[in-house]
Amino acid sequence: MYKIHTTDLAYDFKTLRNLMAKASPSRSGDYLAGVGAVNNLERVAAQWVLADVPLKQFLNEALVPYEQDEVTRLIIDEHDSAAFAPVSHLTVGDFRNWLLSGHATTEALTAIAQGLTPEMVAAVSKIMRIQDLILVAKKCRVITRFRNTIGLENRLSTRLQPNHPADNPAGVAASLLDGLLYGCGDAVIGINPASDNLEATLRLLNMLHDVIERYQIPTQSCVLAHVTTTLKAVEQGAPVDLVFQSIAGTQKANDSFGINLNLLNEARLAALELNRGTLGNNCMYFETGQGSALSANAHEGLDQQTCEVRAYAVARKFKPLLVNTVVGFIGPEYLYDGKQIIRAGLEDHFCGKLLGLPMGCDVCYTNHAEADQDDMDMLLTQLAVAGGTFIMGVPGADDVMLNYQSTSFHDALYVRQVLGLRPAPEFEQWLQQHGIFNADNQLQQQSDVPALFKPSLQKLSG
Amino acid sequence: MSDHNDPKVVPNPWGSLKQFTPARIALGRAGISLTTRASLDFQLAHALARDAVNIPVDFAELEQRLNFMGYQTLTLKTRAENQQMYLQRPDLGRLLSASAMACLQQTAPISSDAVVVVADGLSSKAIEHHAEPFLSLLLPELQQRGYRLPPVCLVKHGRVAIADAVAEHYAARLCMILIGERPGLSSPDSMGIYFTYQARPGISTDADRNCISNIHKNGLDYEQALKKLLFLLTEAEKLQLSGVSLKDETTDTTPNHLQKRANFLLD
Repeated sequence: MYKIHTTDLAYDFKTLRNLMAKASPSRSGDYLAGVGAVNNLERVAAQWVLADVPLKQFLNEALVPYEQDEVTRLIIDEHDSAAFAPVSHLTVGDFRNWLLSGHATTEALTAIAQGLTPEMVAAVSKIMRIQDLILVAKKCRVITRFRNTIGLENRLSTRLQPNHPADNPAGVAASLLDGLLYGCGDAVIGINPASDNLEATLRLLNMLHDVIERYQIPTQSCVLAHVTTTLKAVEQGAPVDLVFQSIAGTQKANDSFGINLNLLNEARLAALELNRGTLGNNCMYFETGQGSALSANAHEGLDQQTCEVRAYAVARKFKPLLVNTVVGFIGPEYLYDGKQIIRAGLEDHFCGKLLGLPMGCDVCYTNHAEADQDDMDMLLTQLAVAGGTFIMGVPGADDVMLNYQSTSFHDALYVRQVLGLRPAPEFEQWLQQHGIFNADNQLQQQSDVPALFKPSLQKLSG
Repeated sequence: MSDHNDPKVVPNPWGSLKQFTPARIALGRAGISLTTRASLDFQLAHALARDAVNIPVDFAELEQRLNFMGYQTLTLKTRAENQQMYLQRPDLGRLLSASAMACLQQTAPISSDAVVVVADGLSSKAIEHHAEPFLSLLLPELQQRGYRLPPVCLVKHGRVAIADAVAEHYAARLCMILIGERPGLSSPDSMGIYFTYQARPGISTDADRNCISNIHKNGLDYEQALKKLLFLLTEAEKLQLSGVSLKDETTDTTPNHLQKRANFLLD
């Protein structure tokens, strides 16, 4: 099994796990882990072999042993074989053809989502080009709701990310208002606290709640503290809309994050009990990123892309409002340059969507990676063409707390303008009602402060 | 380059908010895009931050100052031999070089309560600007608590977990590392502190650590950072653990006038 003979060379990849790693498009993290293909020929040989592997094989050969990993158990135990039936006879290569064909309609893709495992989806992505990843993802439709509706066709939402290096409420409020006035914030208003401090978390939660209430903004808030901090906040009666957590694709990596499936379940139940959603109860917000498991030395011999997609099985269990792959955040030891970051972002989006997740992407890079704004423009544009659910909105693309570059409010306006994309309908209505957007969903010609916010700003100058 | 009085530029009349944050707000726009000025500002900052990653740390001056204050120091290296290797091989940045191991072995194996490590991380400027002033507050506090301290270890090309090796060598309960954080566009010199109780190499994970980040002129000041760290030390001693089960519950020290302004959206 897993062998190929070419005219000059013979390869025997021995295990499915090894085959997956060798077939993975080149990236620095897999070399760091010592699992990547040693040259181009080995990679393509692995892709040929992988294309002939039946999808069913992924149900028989666990890449991380069932007995030792609760993520594997989750994937196997909750596999929906009825949903899998329409594609269960296919090989990975045939599956790619099917996905690209007219048979894979939006309805057909939605119907099989629960029958696909992360490994099947990761496998097919490894033999897909960027245009394939875009074409198929564009056909997927995942709609979620809390106080608005995320993921409708021809919509692109934004997370407003008003971080401040010392969690100063005025500093947060300043970036928050700037973002709202640029039409940003329908996916969530989400703050990364500078320290995982309960008091700061409570203060920020209350503030976001008050702002959303006072200005009647049809969106939801999130303070991206550790899930245990958020649970403490719920215990203290804080107004928690979305529960946040970073998640990974192995039990060991999740251990290193201080989480497990039970804890996530407990947190979701606590948030559901608050019953704060008006249109729906998708109350979880997850973040992921290729390389996070290896970073915790918990990749179990997997390539980083397969590991990443396994994290989506964790996400899927808890019916999130949003899943965000923070693609270039982790650094060049995992994704070396713009080329690797761009492909990884599109793979993650495709894989998440195929598994039925509301997938967004933090189009981003750090200052020690070989990447720049041109690379981000390419990923941003391609992600939006692929139907990405949401992106970040950071003032001037410069996150002054997390020290990395993401997408700006201006970037979101750019991509909406060139592709004719709109915010979530409820939020769009709010923007128009207060004259932030005109009837054509564009910023007003002149940058007047809307009446809604005039009093707050006048007080400052007065 | 000036955008003033340019009819093609739409300014934002909420520039007064800039007093509250170093974030790039109220940038104005050309159409819906960044103005030429804002765009070039960004490129300039990116060039500076890219360069900051590659400036090598100079521990000689820090050593001298610490020695002058009466603290012993030890300069060590990791197995990441150069900057390129350091960036691409985080595993090597978590291991002491053979010569550093030998150097540690030579120092008296005094048993200690706490170790303090300083590493360049991704910003030598962070260490250059903030290590000495912060240590001049921290070290006397640790001594006052009666902790036995080995020399302050200065590690070139170090990752966070390098401190675990030092803590193990000195059999110390409390392990602190000051490290240069990834340079941001607006803060190329941000320093972080990681604290681990009973740190052990290969065993301690991120979940066992507490982090205090963003120590720089627009972020946490030294007193705030010290207060948080001392709180964590005290609580860790009580609970005999650190990491996600140890919550930073220090109260806010923001001056009242800022607190009041905090609610300009809500007053």
